[in-house]
Amino acid sequence: MNTMNSTVTSNNETTEAPAVPVQDERPAETIIQEGVTVGSPYADDPKFKLRDVEVFYGESRAIKKISLDIARNEVIAFIGPSGCGKSTFLRCLNRMNDSIDICSVKGELMLDDQNIYDPKRDVVELRARVGMVFQKPNPFPKSIYDNVAYGPRIHGLANRKSDLDDIVEDSLRKAGLWNEVKDRLDATATGMSGGQQQRLCIARAIAVSPEVILMDEPCSALDPIATAKVEELIAEMSESYTIVIVTHSMQQAARVSNRTAYFHLGHLVEVNETDKVFTSPDHELTESYITGRFG
Amino acid sequence: MQTANLLPLILVIAVIAYGLSYMRSRAVAEPIGGIRNLKALPFYYAARAALWCAIPALIVLALWAGFEGKVIQNYVVASLPAELAPESDGQASLILSQINNVAAGKLDPQFVPPEVVGAADLLDALKQRSASFKATLVILLAVLGAAYAWTRVQPHINARENVERTLRWIFFVCAAVAVLTTVGIVFSVIFETFRFFGKVPITEFLFGTSWSPQTALRADQVGSDGAFGIIPLFTGTLLISAIALLVAVPVGLLSAVYLSEYATRPARAVIKPLLEMLAGVPTVVYGFFAALTVAPFIRDLAERIGLEASSQSALAAGLVMGVMIIPFVSSLSDDVINAVPQTLRDGSLALGATQSETMKNVIFPAALPGIMGGILLAASRAIGETMIVVMAAGLAANLTANPLDSVTTVTVQIVTLLTGDQEFDSAKTLAAFALGMMLFIVTLALNVVALKIVRKYREQYD
Repeated sequence: MNTMNSTVTSNNETTEAPAVPVQDERPAETIIQEGVTVGSPYADDPKFKLRDVEVFYGESRAIKKISLDIARNEVIAFIGPSGCGKSTFLRCLNRMNDSIDICSVKGELMLDDQNIYDPKRDVVELRARVGMVFQKPNPFPKSIYDNVAYGPRIHGLANRKSDLDDIVEDSLRKAGLWNEVKDRLDATATGMSGGQQQRLCIARAIAVSPEVILMDEPCSALDPIATAKVEELIAEMSESYTIVIVTHSMQQAARVSNRTAYFHLGHLVEVNETDKVFTSPDHELTESYITGRFG
Repeated sequence: MQTANLLPLILVIAVIAYGLSYMRSRAVAEPIGGIRNLKALPFYYAARAALWCAIPALIVLALWAGFEGKVIQNYVVASLPAELAPESDGQASLILSQINNVAAGKLDPQFVPPEVVGAADLLDALKQRSASFKATLVILLAVLGAAYAWTRVQPHINARENVERTLRWIFFVCAAVAVLTTVGIVFSVIFETFRFFGKVPITEFLFGTSWSPQTALRADQVGSDGAFGIIPLFTGTLLISAIALLVAVPVGLLSAVYLSEYATRPARAVIKPLLEMLAGVPTVVYGFFAALTVAPFIRDLAERIGLEASSQSALAAGLVMGVMIIPFVSSLSDDVINAVPQTLRDGSLALGATQSETMKNVIFPAALPGIMGGILLAASRAIGETMIVVMAAGLAANLTANPLDSVTTVTVQIVTLLTGDQEFDSAKTLAAFALGMMLFIVTLALNVVALKIVRKYREQYD
């Protein structure tokens, strides 16, 4: 944390010392109050109701008392400098942190008023409702068809082969991939381009009819054209799904999201309408970040 | 001077050459502005000097040591008077050994013709002259080489390239040693195998169903002519290997799954080395464990449920061999399962698959080629294993598929054919080479297949 403070101050001193607002010289720790988020973090009848969430990796606290509501059918973007905990927080929403032995989660995390971290909670059912798309496209080394059919098969969503065919076609159409792959559904998925692979992963996620889709920097490994396609897709999907997207690209956050949440050193600093965050943020750290003073 | 003394001497000269060239390169660098203006670092000039010093000297030394004896002997034999000149190879070696023994003082000169004594004196003189000539030549070469390299320590000469090229040759020679050894072994086995097929027809060997390698020593002796059908041996080998794999594959694979997917980090840190320790137990220890504990236990158990069992059974040997090769399967499988990228696991888990579904549907198929490679390596280990089978499965070449019978394997027969006092031109001993050849072909084929599969696996998910 001290390093972060010192970079902020040293940047100010060297490059734009005269124009610096006085409060920027205070350490970030005093600017951020634990558990306090400026803006509008809460919503009526939210999909996710998250209160005082803390995540520990062993002894170190990666997420510090974050409270946030995620509304139904909204696209919310998590932004913030590297290591600020946005991915960690995202992975709490479908308990993907479970596979890390030393990771523990505290606080109240509710999906439709059911506790996500209830010990009796069926993780399989949770993850069927909360799908996820990862940073690097990770298609299984199987055929395109089998990749999409994977989820429906393990959840028993199709009774007949024809049902499964329908689900696969429908998912691929929704992911905007059908016309590109309909003639080679049996081809191996790892032979596709990076952008196609990522859209296949999205198709794979929507094949189990989730309610929420979590996206962890889905375009960071893609070229601009593939990125544009995925962003288009996100806009289309926002009609039927709640989407949480972690991104390092502020332009992307501005393009695709309704609300934007700014994370800093494990704190949730500000949540606001995306337009507001990128035009007149309420918090000075948010402003510093979006104007590129650090991050 | 003895060759043994020359070697350290060359080393000393090389070290001196190294040191002098090192100092000279620094001295040369001084007036032109430091070692940055040399073509190569001082180390390379020094190393080149050491190589120039050592390599020609060593090559000459090796050639000399290789041909010295032969040349001197020919010279001595040629010096013998006509009436003593050998008429055949056997006679020549007899006279030569006489001369050698006289020269070494092991044979009293009065028992041999005076010409032989004269030849022995000549031999002594030649040897001494050769030794002193060799020492002079080698030392001269070393010093000259070092001196030449020393004069070549000049800023514009790039010593680095010379050293790199020489090192590449040295590495190549080391690699060639392993390859040439294999080739040598293969050729000697092939040669003896052809001699064997001169005595026993290859069809009888390959398709005969009876193995009884005892042959009569003399024509008038009562006894069998020997039967050299390898079918019973290969059935025994396959039976025992199959039992071993039936034990090792499930246990090894599932323990690899446990270790890589389910075990906590501390548990894995303890269990994995323990499991791999199984591979470090000497096979002879497994052998007496099989013979003294497992085999009698199986016999008693079989008798209790009303089956007839030999006290040395294929089952006992196979079970213990299976335990022995568990670490081959588990360790290799563990490695390939771990090599499956975490992102694939995450992808499957995020779709709501359970851990075992992820294992079954994603990780296992992705790792399968590598796992197959591990199993094939374990199989070739099982086929080549000898000690356990000698001790636990017996020597009787029964053609049977009953695991409670005693059987024998190819490797065990090779051991019994070649141990003890043997004449090395009978069909019996030559059969060992033919068996070795067959075994070599089988395990080689398995290894090739295993390597192919492993190589294919590398291209899977990139």
